[in-house]
Amino acid sequence: MNSSRLISESSEWTFPMLERYNEVIGQIAGNDFGLDTYPNQIEIITAEQMMDAYSSVGMPLGYKHWSYGKQFVLTEKNYRRGQMGLAYEIVINSDPCIAYLMEENTAMMQALVIAHAAYGHNSFFKGNYLFRTWTSADAIIDYLLFARNYIAECEERYGEETVELFLDSCHALMNYGVDRYKHPAPLSLHEEKQRQHDREEYRQSQINDLWRTIPVKPAETAAEQAKRYPAEPQENLLYFIEKNAPLLEPWQREIVRIVRKIAQYFYPQRQTQVMNEGHATFWHYTLLNRLYDEGYVNDGFMIEFLQSHTSVIQQPPFDHPHYSGINPYALGFAMMSDIKRICEAPTAEDRHWFPDIAGQDWLKVLDFAMRNFKDESFIAQYLSPKLMRDFKLFAVLDDDTQDELEVTAIHDDAGYRRLRRALADQYNLGSREPNIQVWNVAHRQDRSLTLRHTRYHRRPLHPDSTRKVLKHLYRLWGFTVRLEAVDENGKVELVGECPAGK
Amino acid sequence: MATFIDRRLDGKNKSSVNRQRFIRRFKSQIKKAVTESMNGRSITDIDNGEKVNIPARDLSEPVFGHGPGGRREAIHPGNREFVTGDQIARPPGGGGSGGAGGGQASNSGEGEDDFVFELSREEFLELFFEDLELPNLVRTQLAKATEFKSVRAGFSSAGNPANIDVVRSLKGALARRLALAAPYTRRLREAEEALERLLAEMPVDEIRAKALVEEIEHLRARARAVPFIDTFDLRYANRVKQPQPTTQAVMFCIMDVSGSMDRARKDLAKRFFTLLYLFLKRNYEKIEVVFIRHHTVAKEVDEQEFFYSRETGGTVVSSALQLTADIMRERYPISSWNLYVAQASDGDNWHHDSPACRDILLQRIMPFVRYYAYIEITPDRHQSLWEAYEDVKAAHPHFAMRQIDGPADIYPVFRDLFRKRVS
Repeated sequence: MNSSRLISESSEWTFPMLERYNEVIGQIAGNDFGLDTYPNQIEIITAEQMMDAYSSVGMPLGYKHWSYGKQFVLTEKNYRRGQMGLAYEIVINSDPCIAYLMEENTAMMQALVIAHAAYGHNSFFKGNYLFRTWTSADAIIDYLLFARNYIAECEERYGEETVELFLDSCHALMNYGVDRYKHPAPLSLHEEKQRQHDREEYRQSQINDLWRTIPVKPAETAAEQAKRYPAEPQENLLYFIEKNAPLLEPWQREIVRIVRKIAQYFYPQRQTQVMNEGHATFWHYTLLNRLYDEGYVNDGFMIEFLQSHTSVIQQPPFDHPHYSGINPYALGFAMMSDIKRICEAPTAEDRHWFPDIAGQDWLKVLDFAMRNFKDESFIAQYLSPKLMRDFKLFAVLDDDTQDELEVTAIHDDAGYRRLRRALADQYNLGSREPNIQVWNVAHRQDRSLTLRHTRYHRRPLHPDSTRKVLKHLYRLWGFTVRLEAVDENGKVELVGECPAGK
Repeated sequence: MATFIDRRLDGKNKSSVNRQRFIRRFKSQIKKAVTESMNGRSITDIDNGEKVNIPARDLSEPVFGHGPGGRREAIHPGNREFVTGDQIARPPGGGGSGGAGGGQASNSGEGEDDFVFELSREEFLELFFEDLELPNLVRTQLAKATEFKSVRAGFSSAGNPANIDVVRSLKGALARRLALAAPYTRRLREAEEALERLLAEMPVDEIRAKALVEEIEHLRARARAVPFIDTFDLRYANRVKQPQPTTQAVMFCIMDVSGSMDRARKDLAKRFFTLLYLFLKRNYEKIEVVFIRHHTVAKEVDEQEFFYSRETGGTVVSSALQLTADIMRERYPISSWNLYVAQASDGDNWHHDSPACRDILLQRIMPFVRYYAYIEITPDRHQSLWEAYEDVKAAHPHFAMRQIDGPADIYPVFRDLFRKRVS
C-alpha cells in the first residue's frame, strides 16, 4: 500500500486536509461511481451554531417564531445533559448544497460527513424526482430571505404578537398546505417581491366577487344553493384559505402563502426519509471503503469509521428497551446494499422476485431507484425476502373491534408480500396523515367552512389536537368551521365545530 | 467543486430572539414555576439561574393526527417466536402503544413528560421581580453582576485604534528603523570611505569608482525602503478590569411569626427581604443576614426556621427590637459594618408595647443603621405600632415604612433608599 497517499494520520483536522478529502472523495464519487451533485458549500460551525441550525429545522435562515425557540431550548437541554449527541451534519437542499460540519468532529468524522452529506444527500437532492418536482434548489435561499424580511416587516407594522398568533394558526395546518399534483414555478427574490404586490390587489378583488351581496333572482338562488363551493373537494387547505378566506388582510394572505411554500419545500423530505438516509449512508460506506482500498486512509481511520457506521445503522429488535420503530438509516442502508447484492450475486430467489435487475449493472439500477421512487414505492418495489428475513420482520394487526392483537404475517413465504405491502403503507404519507379536504363553503348562508375527513381503516382523529386545530382554522377563516368524518360506508358525521355548536 | 467556509467566528446566538419569544409566550407558566421554586430557595441564593418545569401539553403545537382506535397494521423487526395467526394480549395503555406509525407519536415527542429547561440568572430575576413593578433602571442594576473598574496597566501590542499610544509607537518605530537599516548604513559608510580614498589617489580607478557609486546608491535606496512606521510598532494603552473595592454589610430580618401571619403573608415578606438583600448585594461584597423572629419573645434563628415554622401567641415587638439592638452592639460594630434592618409584620402588637418600641428604635437602633424598612402586611387599618413608628419616621429620614397589600406595593419602600444611593 502506498503510504504517501495517506491524507491524515491523526484525529485532528485542518482546512487543507478537509480540502484534500473533499477532492479525493469528489473524484471517486464523480469518476468511479458517476454521482451527479450540486456544487458543495461546506461550512465549519461550532456546537452552539449547530444547535441554532437544528432548532430552525434545517433552514439556514428562518423567520422568527417562538416554536423555534422552544426547539432550541429542548435541543440545548438535551445536549447539555448529554442525552443526545448532536447530529454530525445538517445538509440543506439548495444549490450550492450547504453542508455543516461541526468543529468538534475528528478528522475521520469530517471525511465521513463530507461523503455522507456533500455527496450522498447532495446527489439525492439533485436526482430524486420528488425533489426535482417540488423544490427549486437554486431559489430556496432567496425565498427564505424574502420570507424572513416580509414577516419582520409585518411584525413592525402590525405588532409581533398579532403576527405570531397568525403564524401559529398557519403552522397548525402546515401539513395541509402542500400541492400534491402541480408544479410550482421557481422564482427569485426579486421576482417574488414584484409579484407579491400584484397578487395583493388581484386577490382582494377575487374575494370581493365571491362574497358579492347584490341580490339574485329567487330561481337562480335555489340553483346556486344546491351547488357546492368549491365544486371539487380541495386538499390544499392553506391554498384554499389564501385564495378564499373572506376576512384576511393582504399581508395575512401573504403569510399563509409563505408557510405553504415552506411546507412544500419540506414535502419531499417527509416522503423520502428511508431513501434519503439510506442513499447517503450507502454512499459514505462505499466511498470511504474505496478510499481505504486506494490507500488514502489507514486502518485506524477505518476502525473508527466502522464503529461509528455500525452504531448509525443499528436496528434494535421490537422488545428492546431502546426500540422506537424501524431505523430509517438501517432499513435504507440495508435496501441499497441489497440492491447491489441482487445485481452482483443474485440467488435463485432473487431471480424469481427481481427478474429485471438480477445480474444487471448495479450502478445503473441503483441510480434508477434513487431517481424514481419515494419511500412507499421504493419499499413496495425493492424490499427483498432476504431482507425481511434478516430483519425478522413481522406484522401485527391492531383492530379495535378485536380483543387481541394478531400476528398477520411473518418473514416466511406466505407472508413476504403482505409484509412488504404493510411496510410500504406505513411510509405512505397519504395513510399516515388523516385525509382532510375542503368540502363546502356555505357562501349563501353563514359563510361556514366544512371540511371532510375521509377515514382510513376507521382511524379516528385525535380529539384533543383536532379541537385545537379547528380553533386555529377558525382564526384563519373568520366564520364557523366544521369538520365532518366520512366512514367507509359513506356515512357522514359531524366531529367538530368551532365556535362550538349552537 | 466545493467551497469551504469557516463560520465559527460568526455569531452563535442566532436563536436568542426565538428563545426570548418562547419565554414571553409561556410567561404565565414559567412565572408560576419560578414562584414555586422561590419557596424552596434561600434568599441569599437568589442570584442563580433556575431550572423550570412546564407541563409538556401546554406547549404542544397541534396538528391533525390520528388518535387511538381503528384498524392498523404495524411492522416490527426482531421476531423470535411469533408465527402467523398468533394472538397477543393487547398491551396495557391502549392501542397507541403498539408502536403503530400513527401521527400522535410524532407530534407530541416525548409524550407528557414535563418540559424542563434552564433560565439564565437575568431571566430568572426578571421574572421574579416582575410584578414588583421595579423601574427598568433598578431592574437592570439589580441583575448586573459584580462591577469592575478598568485600570491602566502598561502597554500592549494589540488593542483598539482609539487606544493607540502615539509616543510609544513612534519610539518603537524609531528603534526598529535604526535596527533594520543598520547593516545598510554600516556598509554605506564603508563604501563612502572607500570611494573617498579612491578619489584621493591618483590616477583614479574609474571602473572601481563607478562600481562604488552604484553600490552607494543601492544601499541608500535599501536604507530608505525601511518603512517609517509598521503595524509591528503600534503600542496600545492597556487596561485591565479590577473588581471595585466593596465593604461589608449586615442585614437584620425581623418578622412577626404570631398566628396571624399566614403563609401568603410570609411569602410576601420573603420577597421583601429578598429584594433588600439584592439591593445590598449590589453595593457590598460581603453581606451577613441575621434572622430574628418573634411573638412574645424574640429569638435568632436560621432561615429555614424563620420562614417555615409556625408559632402562635401574642405579639410583643419590642422583644425583637431589643434583641436586634443587642446583637448589633455585640457583633457588628458600626466602624466596620453597614447595618440594615428590614421588618415585616401584620401590624399587631400588644397595645402597651408600642411606646417601648418607639423608644428602642429612637435610642438604640436608628442612630446606628443605614436604613430601616418596615412593611405592614395587612389590608386592615393601622394599630398602635404604626402610630409609634410614625414618630420615628418624622425624626429619621432613613426610616421607611409602608403598608402593603400585594407584591406591587413592596418597591416603593425602597424608593427612598435607592434615590439616596443614586445621587
